[in-house]
Amino acid sequence: MGGSTINNYEKTGFLTIKDLKIPTDKQLKKGVAIIECIQEIPCDPCVTICPVESITMKDINDIPKIDYDKCTGCKRCVSICPGLAIFVVKLKDEKAQITLPYEFLPIPKVGDIVKALDREGKSRGQAKVIRVNRSNKTTVITIEVDKNLAMGVRNIKMD
Amino acid sequence: MQGIDGDSIASALHVNGIKTLSHSLRFYRSRGFFCGIGKCSSCFMTVNDIPNVRTCITPLKKDTRVLEQDRVGVLSYKQFIDRKRKKIATDITIVGSGPAGLMAAITAAKQGVPRILLVDENHLIGGQLIKQTHKFFGSKEERAGIRGIDIAVEFEKQVKSFKNIKFMLETTVIGCYNCKKVHKLIAVKRLNDGDQLFEINSKKVIFACGAMENMLAFPGNDLPGVYGAGGVQTLMNVYGVKPGYKVVMIGAGNVGLIVSYQLLQAGVNVDRVVEIMPKIGGYHVHAAKLRRCGVPIFTSYSVKEVYGNNKVEGVILVKVDNSFKPISGTEQDVSCDTLCIAVGLTPSIRLLEQIGAKTEYIPEAGGHIAVHDRFMKININGIYVAGDSSGIEEASTAMIEGELAGISAAASLGYDKNAQKLKEKCKKALTQFRSGPFGEKPRICKEKIACCWNGGINY
Repeated sequence: MGGSTINNYEKTGFLTIKDLKIPTDKQLKKGVAIIECIQEIPCDPCVTICPVESITMKDINDIPKIDYDKCTGCKRCVSICPGLAIFVVKLKDEKAQITLPYEFLPIPKVGDIVKALDREGKSRGQAKVIRVNRSNKTTVITIEVDKNLAMGVRNIKMD
Repeated sequence: MQGIDGDSIASALHVNGIKTLSHSLRFYRSRGFFCGIGKCSSCFMTVNDIPNVRTCITPLKKDTRVLEQDRVGVLSYKQFIDRKRKKIATDITIVGSGPAGLMAAITAAKQGVPRILLVDENHLIGGQLIKQTHKFFGSKEERAGIRGIDIAVEFEKQVKSFKNIKFMLETTVIGCYNCKKVHKLIAVKRLNDGDQLFEINSKKVIFACGAMENMLAFPGNDLPGVYGAGGVQTLMNVYGVKPGYKVVMIGAGNVGLIVSYQLLQAGVNVDRVVEIMPKIGGYHVHAAKLRRCGVPIFTSYSVKEVYGNNKVEGVILVKVDNSFKPISGTEQDVSCDTLCIAVGLTPSIRLLEQIGAKTEYIPEAGGHIAVHDRFMKININGIYVAGDSSGIEEASTAMIEGELAGISAAASLGYDKNAQKLKEKCKKALTQFRSGPFGEKPRICKEKIACCWNGGINY
């Protein structure tokens, strides 16, 4: 294992805002993909699927880098990512629309009110389901939450 | 008692609430199944008067009589006495139809080898792919973003489309002999009316036998309810049977993290994941998936003992210090009905040892492996190895190694169309896969194997 220092997320299993590159408000208003993949693992489907080449990697083990100005928030990377580590966040008025991968049953319906969970699985209030895309076994769900939860909520739970 | 079509005997018993499959010889302790894939001996029962049947991989058939065997099994009649062994001649035999074996068969078939035989002891093609419901990592060539189960279906279609590939399922290779021109494999095929012995004479043999799960030593580790993580995955994802209601997972490597997530998907409560190392060993993205579902991960913790009356009722966990010694006073009692063990795998090399392969103990490989060259050939002419049995790694790299072994074996038979180019392509893909920080272990493993091949290393 060597004597290298251990990052906090390697102990806890979840990231904090400090671990991530946060887009500007302008970029968030347009809607961009937040890639929560910060380890060098041999994987690159997000690079291949991106239609505007906004995600780049030097080689397959590189950490994906995203150009928030190029990203159109098209959500294709959300369902292809094997690590379920990509989310699309879009700010609209006083609300944040968070698009996340969801692999549990039952699948919520548009209009459902669900629990919004953060990266530790703690409840951060309620969310409204506004879009459900079931084209793949990884269902892609868009929820609406308060603007201040844009970078905090990453999962949902059905009651 | 009833099961449904597609059940194994063990899964049907489990769904009927029977978790104790046998008792230990000396102390009559209850024993349940462990590996779930036919690698250990934990699920031996007497089936239709035949003792020592691995019930975890034996398909349930109509009117099957299953009895618990509490002593050493005794054969009530001579199974093979009236049956002549059948002889088969073939060019390449591949033992194991997991990702490595399938890829080897497909590659050799594409190269034009006329007779390829794929042997597997399970009743389904695909090895452990058939329970991998998660999406694979890697690049497009290695089917990244596609689920293991879908890869298995795709492979099965491909294998069946080749006229030069024949397969024998439910067939166990029990012996292999290194002969001068052809290698002799002795195999038993399970048929409806008893077993049939086969003698397979094959010019080349590729061993892609996979690996088996490691056990941990602690009091109570033999109680029914202490299962290998892969066994649990098989039970859930192949047979649709929940292993229990509340699970504690030991090991936060990728297997532990992925199986925990799949338990949640199956509606099973995962209380926590416990890891003896100070950090999570698997990919962060897998840990993050669990954490945002509310499952805690305890690093620097280990299992002290499992308790219960003939079944798991709870586990005592304990914090460990920097040298992995338990710190007294930090014990935690967690009630659960299933303890899942995901602490690594050991390569299956028994057949390779039998045929006389030069073996070496390499910690990074997960145990003893057959020493092989860059193109997967071992020290015996015409014998190749691929996948986990050549060192524990990922399914993606197993596929590439299988491809490499397939090309090598085909080329040695004279079917060497573009062989050099194809081999280099595979080598490049493998190097790329192993170049990141998570590829360090297999990289060291393969470097050590290369050292052994070039004359050996002294420890």
